[in-house]
Amino acid sequence: MAVDVRFPTVLRAHTDGAPVVSAEGSTVGEVFADLVARYPGLSGQLVDATGTMHKFVNVYLDDEDVRYLNQLDTKVGEGAEISILPAVAGG
Amino acid sequence: MSTAFESPTLRLTTGQYRIIVGHCYDGLPDEACGLLAGPMIGARPTGVVSEVYPCRNADASARSYTVDGRDYLRATRDAESRGHEIVGVWHSHTHTDAYPSSTDVRQAVDPAWLYLLVSLRDGSPVLRSFRIQEETVAEVPVGLVG
Repeated sequence: MAVDVRFPTVLRAHTDGAPVVSAEGSTVGEVFADLVARYPGLSGQLVDATGTMHKFVNVYLDDEDVRYLNQLDTKVGEGAEISILPAVAGG
Repeated sequence: MSTAFESPTLRLTTGQYRIIVGHCYDGLPDEACGLLAGPMIGARPTGVVSEVYPCRNADASARSYTVDGRDYLRATRDAESRGHEIVGVWHSHTHTDAYPSSTDVRQAVDPAWLYLLVSLRDGSPVLRSFRIQEETVAEVPVGLVG
């Protein structure tokens, strides 16, 4: 299952500068594993040491926040688009 | 170390300035926030701002802000449809200086981004812009154009 994954500028240092990368997987977690295998610099950026989604990134499957779906187990369909956005916050 | 790395000038149009400041006043008593889009050269913003996107403060707080994720997604898509990128964020400080707080510095997400602070503490709004790289803050001049 091929999906497009869109990266914010801050993570593109790890994708050879590419804003969009095509990746394989039937769940968000599998897509992330495929990405990390090809772009090792993404390790630790998407999934934390406990194997859960990193709290400083928001991940959207098309228009839905996967945190409110099944997180890393969220199923992805052919042609879906995953958008990764850093949490933008301060005080 | 306040000017330790190269920075562009952040250029806002008068219309953009009004949108930003208006959104900050509209957000009172809470902090308000939004995103800046513009062209980049390589991985660096040029300082030109093509669009400003007022966003919801998901924290709904007078002491902190988090840009609403859906607003961020919408802004990203709109900017990319114009061939631009999100190049920075603005937020208000309702009772303190237009200078990054320790939380702002600690949570800064992108060393290339421009961080625009709007202080509403005094009678007139004060805008200052910064880059934040490895917890070092460097001021970026703000210019009004057009």
